[in-house]
Amino acid sequence: MAEKRGNVWVFIEQEAGKIADVSLELICKGREIADRLDVKTEAVILGNNLEGSIETLFHHGADVVYQVEDKALEPFTVLPYAEAIVSLLKEHKPNIFMVGATLKGRELAPRIASTMLAGLTADCTDLQIDNFVDKLTKTDHKDKLMQIRPAFGGNIIATIVTTWEDPQMVTVREGVMKITSPNKSRKGKVVKVKPEISASSKIVKVIERITQEKSIDLKKSQIIIAGGYGVGSKENFKIIYDLANTLNADVGASRAAVDAGWINHDHQVGQTGVTVRPKLYIACGISGSVQHRAGMDESSKIIAINTDPDAPIFSVAHYGIVGDLNEVIPKMIKAFRAKV
Amino acid sequence: MKRQLIVFVKQVPDTKNISGEAMTPEGTVNRAALPAIFNPEDLNALELGLELKDRFGYSVIVATMGPPNAAEVLRAALYRGADEAILLTDKGFAGADTLATSYALSCCAKTVKNYDLILCGRQAIDGDTAQVGPQLAEKLEIPQVCYVEEVIELEKKKIKAKRSIEGGFEVLESQLPALLTVVECNEPRPKAAKRIMKYKKAKTASELKKFHGNADYTDAPMLTEEEAKLKEKNLWIHEWNAAKIGADLQRIGMKGSPTKVKKIQSVVLEATEVVNVEPTGSGINKLIHELIEDHTLG
Ligand SMILES: Cc1cc2nc3c(=O)[nH]c(=O)nc-3n(C[C@H](O)[C@H](O)[C@H](O)COP(=O)(O)OP(=O)(O)OC[C@H]3O[C@@H](n4cnc5c(N)ncnc54)[C@H](O)[C@@H]3O)c2cc1C
Repeated sequence: MAEKRGNVWVFIEQEAGKIADVSLELICKGREIADRLDVKTEAVILGNNLEGSIETLFHHGADVVYQVEDKALEPFTVLPYAEAIVSLLKEHKPNIFMVGATLKGRELAPRIASTMLAGLTADCTDLQIDNFVDKLTKTDHKDKLMQIRPAFGGNIIATIVTTWEDPQMVTVREGVMKITSPNKSRKGKVVKVKPEISASSKIVKVIERITQEKSIDLKKSQIIIAGGYGVGSKENFKIIYDLANTLNADVGASRAAVDAGWINHDHQVGQTGVTVRPKLYIACGISGSVQHRAGMDESSKIIAINTDPDAPIFSVAHYGIVGDLNEVIPKMIKAFRAKV
Repeated sequence: MKRQLIVFVKQVPDTKNISGEAMTPEGTVNRAALPAIFNPEDLNALELGLELKDRFGYSVIVATMGPPNAAEVLRAALYRGADEAILLTDKGFAGADTLATSYALSCCAKTVKNYDLILCGRQAIDGDTAQVGPQLAEKLEIPQVCYVEEVIELEKKKIKAKRSIEGGFEVLESQLPALLTVVECNEPRPKAAKRIMKYKKAKTASELKKFHGNADYTDAPMLTEEEAKLKEKNLWIHEWNAAKIGADLQRIGMKGSPTKVKKIQSVVLEATEVVNVEPTGSGINKLIHELIEDHTLG
């Protein structure tokens, strides 16, 4: 009899009981992969006094949720999380383990992979199931996870495969997997786990913690007006805000504009900012580096305004306006006001 | 005994500044044409290490794994203030993924033995994985503090560091020894002219042999003499292979790597059908009209 394949596992990241968007994105992707492999989607959430937030995991596609609770798991520190997750992985032997590529995920996943001697691919932007022939060892691997990620500063796209024993581990970039609409009647099983956490995992203490709500979450925006270095100054960013206000849109930015101090980092679109997929993206004075395009090229419609007809941004744009943004934007505002 | 810390650094191709010359006619990157540089965040890690040297009298050991010419990055660290350098080089290390890399680095740290801290840059710009730091900490069974911006306090057995977290920062206290991964948080000091004068003569064993027309230690006893002289002047860059650090050959390089690259595609700008809009009143009017008509706007 063929050995039963392990399930698809997703690490659920929470902060004060609120589940991170990327975890829901991964539950949806995990559901798709589990259906393809004919296995279950299972989620693991850690913390202390986790209530209320579990149902939504079932609505998005989880079959089982391991609810791991202990005082040492709040607030988040790497060592107790890693210890608790490693012992669950050893017990349940999932086939695939997915973690959001957040700051927490990117420090936790490698610690776990190292203990498990598991392969780990960082920052995946796509995941598929396919067969793999290892030419070196001449072995056939059936139904493996294709771990697709940009590398080399975004200049190449690599497909990576784990050939050792399960789990196949990945971290997945935020905002790239789509959240499918929840099915409110879907149910699943909660398994409560009381982890054993050794003293050696408790040697890092949080002394102080200061966080601020993000000033904006562009992932949810329908229309984004993004300004780049071509805007020229902090004062001139007003023109970007004017267009945004007129079109009922939010304001995004390139890293060059953020680095110049014209706007805060929450607005940055791209590889080291947010990945957005609005119905309209207007890039104003943005050259269109690979790192910027990585965060916006899946927008439904892209308009680029740039004085340089050879700017790479035009290669992903649907509409290109070669011109000075200081002249083009007021014309857009005027045109829109006249129409509505 | 003097307190020691190890900074692990990497020489990387300069993926940030891809110039015209490094592009092929097909619009893809020719890696070989990219200059090799000191991984930027490793410079921040080195700077943090040197600050700890200034503040607490640490001895700073810098180490890298790479081909023989990666000694260049070690010299660059010596020019800035590192006290000792180790080059891990062995054909067996080639093709390592992050797991095999962290295993080899852990063998190196165990060979150095006496250290309070290990510093790494958060990530290297050729892979951007940020995995080697945490994996190395796990292999050494020491705690990790990632995304460090500042060391606030350092005592005999404890460190307090500030690090960034989602939407803010955190101060963590950890026991020593510990591993820190460092983000862009300081202004790395420039190479010191005096140190360049001195350390440009620093050599690895391979470089010494090459310098003497690829001579061999067995038939050129002067190599042993020169080595002793370089050591005396603190100009010796240790060159360690897999055997020297006691690495299990099954766990390094390609053999020790669970991940395999199936396929690499270059990102080529695919030309979308771009509609050219005139920057005139009528051109823009027409565009806005279209966007309202198809319900993108309004
Ligand atoms: C590891 C890494 C991660 C990165 N992550 C990101 C990221 O997440 N997001 C990001 O955006 N970048 C990122 N970058 C930086 C990226 O490489 C570019 O440097 C950056 O996107 C450039 O911003 P820009 O297009 O605004 O500036 P520039 O490249 O300077 O372009 C300015 C553009 O404005 C045009 N212009 C000038 N004046 C006018 C005018 N009056 N009207 C119209 N057009 C005008 C110019 O023709 C030019 O094309 C990253 C880089 C690295 C190495």
